[in-house]
This record gives sequence, C-alpha cells and structure tokens, in this order.
Amino acid sequence: MLQEKTVSISARQIRQIVLEQSKRANVGHIGSALSIADIVAALYDNILNIPNPEDPERDRFVLSKGHAALAVYAALALRGWITEADLNTYCGDDSLLGVHPEHALRGIDFSTGSLGQGLSMATGAALAARLQKSPRRVFALLSDAECNEGSVWEAIMFAAHHRLANLVAIIDLNGQQALGYTEQIIKLSSMAERWRAFGWDVHEVDGHDVAQLNETVAKLNTSDGAPHVLVAHTTFGKGVSYMEKQIKWHYWPMSEAEYQQALTEIGAVQ
Amino acid sequence: MRAAFANTITELAERDPRILLLTGDLGYMALEPFSDKFPQRFINVGVAEQNMIGLSTGLAEAGFIPFVYSIVTFAALRPYEFIRNGPVLHHLPVRIAAIGGGYEYGPAGPTHHGLEDVGVMRLQPGLTLVAPADAQQARTVILKTWDIAGPVYYRLGKDDKTIVPGLDGRFELGRAQYIREGNHLLFVTMGNVTSEVAAAAELLAVQEVNCTVLVVASLNPAPVQDLVEALARFETVLTVEAHYVVGGVGSLVSEVAAEHGLGCRVVRCGVKNSPTGTTGSQNYYYKQNGLTRQALVETALQAMSDLEVRSK
Repeated sequence: MLQEKTVSISARQIRQIVLEQSKRANVGHIGSALSIADIVAALYDNILNIPNPEDPERDRFVLSKGHAALAVYAALALRGWITEADLNTYCGDDSLLGVHPEHALRGIDFSTGSLGQGLSMATGAALAARLQKSPRRVFALLSDAECNEGSVWEAIMFAAHHRLANLVAIIDLNGQQALGYTEQIIKLSSMAERWRAFGWDVHEVDGHDVAQLNETVAKLNTSDGAPHVLVAHTTFGKGVSYMEKQIKWHYWPMSEAEYQQALTEIGAVQ
Repeated sequence: MRAAFANTITELAERDPRILLLTGDLGYMALEPFSDKFPQRFINVGVAEQNMIGLSTGLAEAGFIPFVYSIVTFAALRPYEFIRNGPVLHHLPVRIAAIGGGYEYGPAGPTHHGLEDVGVMRLQPGLTLVAPADAQQARTVILKTWDIAGPVYYRLGKDDKTIVPGLDGRFELGRAQYIREGNHLLFVTMGNVTSEVAAAAELLAVQEVNCTVLVVASLNPAPVQDLVEALARFETVLTVEAHYVVGGVGSLVSEVAAEHGLGCRVVRCGVKNSPTGTTGSQNYYYKQNGLTRQALVETALQAMSDLEVRSK
C-alpha cells in the first residue's frame, strides 16, 4: 500500500544514524541493527501505512528482535516523529530511547526486548484489526535465533489457524545469534519450510534488496488467506566489512578508527 | 466463583462490546454462558498460555478488554514474563481470571495447585490483584474492577456454593471487610479458605474465644489503613491462606505490622512445605497444612495460651 510521504528514507541514512549513535553512546548491538537496516528502510519509507503514530487505524509494527531498536529509532527520526535531540539521548539517563524499544516513545507500538514475545502481541493486534473490521495490517520483525523460543511457534500456529492474512512476519535470517552461528547452536534450516509446514504463506527474499521487499509486500493479499512471512536472507553487520558475519559485533562497541572506517564504508554523508 | 465470573462478564459483555474472553482450552461446563451468547468474542487459543497473554496485549492495545481464563498455575506462572512485559509494562486492561486458588484441584496434584500466584503477582505494582472469598464477593469484585485502568489478576475458586457468612458480597478496592467482631484474636484471611476461618471462629466462640475476622480480597491495592487499624487493636493476629506463607496475606500483614511499628504477633497459617507426592482432596491438603477449621481452632487456642504465658 503506497502512501503519500514528504520524506524518503534510505538504508544508508539508517546505517549512518546507527553508527553515529552507537559510537556516541558507546554501546553494541550494531551488527544486529545493520542487519535490518534495509528492511526497516523499506518498512518506514514505503510499506507501513502510518499517517501519524497516533492514528488508531495505522498499521502496527512490532520489532520483536528488540535489541536492534536503534535502526527503528533512526527511521522514526527520519520520518520526523522523534527529533534529532531525542535521538541524541539514546541510552542516556531519563531517555525514552533505550537499547530495547519502549511503547512510551512516540512511534513505538509495543515494548520488546525479551525474545519470543513480539509475534504473540502482533498476532493479537492482527486479530484486533479483524474483529474491528479494519483494513490495517500488522508487521513483526523477528530474528532467526528468536525462533528458538517455543512461544514463537504458539503464535505461528494461532495465526495460521485463524488465517490472519493481515499479519506479516519478517525474519531477519542472518544466521547468527549472541554466542555463535545458528547452524551450530540450534539448527533452523530450512526456515521457510518450517513456516510453510505451519501453514503460512512464505516468501524468501533478499533482506538487503529494498525494491524486492517492497514488491513482495505489495503483492501480498492481506485481506484473505494465510498469514505471510518474508524469510529475509541478510548479512549480520551488513555494510561494514569488518563486522559482517562476525559474532563479536553482536555486543562490541566501535573504536574511533573502526568508526571512521565504518562511516566510509557505508558512504556516510556529513 | 467460576459461574459467578462467567455470568457476570456475560452480563457486562452485553453492555460493552470491548469485552472478549480467551481461554487456554479450559472452562468446560463453565464458560458456556459467554461462549454461547458471544461466539465471535470467545476465542479458545489452545494450550498456549504465553501466546494467550501476548494476544491479549495486542488486543488491548487496540481498545479491547480481553479476559483470559485458565487454572491458576497456567494463568499466572507459565506466562508470568508475558504478563510482566505485556499488560503490566504497557498499562493495558487485560484481565487474568485464574481458577483454583489454593488446593481446589486437590487430587489433580501439585501441578494444579495455586500456591504462589498471589506472591508473584503482588510483586507487580502496576497490577491490580484481587482474591475474592466467595462467589458473591467475586461478582462484586468483577463489577467494580472490569473497566478500571491497567491489568487485573483475579484469583478465583471453582466453588460457587459455599458462602462466607457475614460477607454479603461486600468489596471495595483497597479496603478489607470485617465479617465478625471479637476482642480476643484477629484472623486476617484471603480467598476461599475464608469459609474455614469463619467456621473456626464459630467453634472458638463456643469456647468463649471471641475473634474478629477480616477478609482481604484486595491484595493490590492493599488495604493498608484497614489493616493498621485492625492490627493495632490486637496482640495476636492469625493470617490464613491456601497459599505458601511467603508472599501472600501473611506476608502482607507482616509488612504492614513492621512498617507501622505495630507490636502484634503474626502467626502465619498457610503452606510451608514442598509437595510430598501424596495426593487427595482439598480437605486432605488443608489437614496436612493446618488449614481445616479444627486445626485453625487449635492454632488459635495455642496462640491464646502463648499470650497468657507471655503476659505472666
């Protein structure tokens, strides 16, 4: 559903804010945020129908992998729903912008941070829309390792049984989790087959191809049929060579030299 | 209280379309008043209590008032973190109706006994927590709380027949209710074991021990002022609950007594030991844990005798 917008949001802008704020606050989770930068750009630039964050008929978005919230804060700032001054409070005292998103912040529908809870809330939001006969849709962005949590599969089964076509899950399939690679910790392949077996409408996409993400979502039937999942193949730390596919960048903050290199590599604009 | 719950929310649902009822595949021969009348607003989510709370969070964000129903342990303990991070963190009006507080599911065994729910729920300042003593009070509880802001946890019993004499369905949030006045001992009680306490007070009266019985159904907000006034009048208070003695009404009374510098002795009657593996009826478990009317009489008499020894 295309909407009128006055700003355009690119993944490069999101990556730049992620790097700037991570450096300023000296915190990690950079690789996770870079992994979803293109997905978040597609969502906030084009996909999500949110005239303003207070509109009760807006699409809902749940960042179930809450530890990547900085990418969403970047999008909220780029949309003008929070200010640059807000952004500069990231991880500071008395800030609404913590590592994980809080609903008290304008533009955040649901607080997350505990993995395995977001899809249930999103499913409830989708059920609410159906009961209220509203065309609004609900998007939930999950990490792949989050699917280790049994509760995710409770929500998957419920949404499939009730054919919540207005629910779109996106899996950030970067193959990594906090302490290692998913294939070595808890095998998840084939993610697509698993969701298909549970009754979802599955689409495998390149999670760094914004155009493909937009086209795929545009073709979804969100008024009738099975719930949808985009299994988005991504690279952890995408855009910064020394972070890509490296476990340490789940938690590690950047040195000054690393920061400068990262800015250069993503094509940061000063 | 189960029928009182189902009938009362069905009445309310006629007036307010925001009310939904979700169950974790429980409530056979209990929830039909609602499910027959509002099949579109009744959702059996299956055996998936974490998802049930997550769903309710999403539903409440959109303006619904979802009631969720399960047995105490599955309603409170399995999805506890979902409750904490969902309705509590988001300040949303999810209502958790937990059935079988204490030993009501007797022979079903320890997995079905609700012995710690009040303790863990009392930890959440943003959660209204109510444990009515009988079906009449349960009805008043629901009528007075169904549309309040924020989440509510209802600790309910299965029993709809036993009525606590003198309670007459009275309830007010943040208040406690006297059901009997006497000047020798004070009982403070919570939940469906209150009927045993009322019976014990009758038996004690025959022996010329006159008891005051105060019912605490509103655990959060706690009836602090009512408790302070009651505790100040007695040297000995017996708290009674079908719950572990840590975290429930015994803990609440002890906290109030300590914080207000009251000199009364608090004797906590409740569950003090882990399950042994043997099973039986509610009354069997009450006997094991000193919660029958006869056991409460003995504990009360012992407390009176301790008092006499102390005052000599």
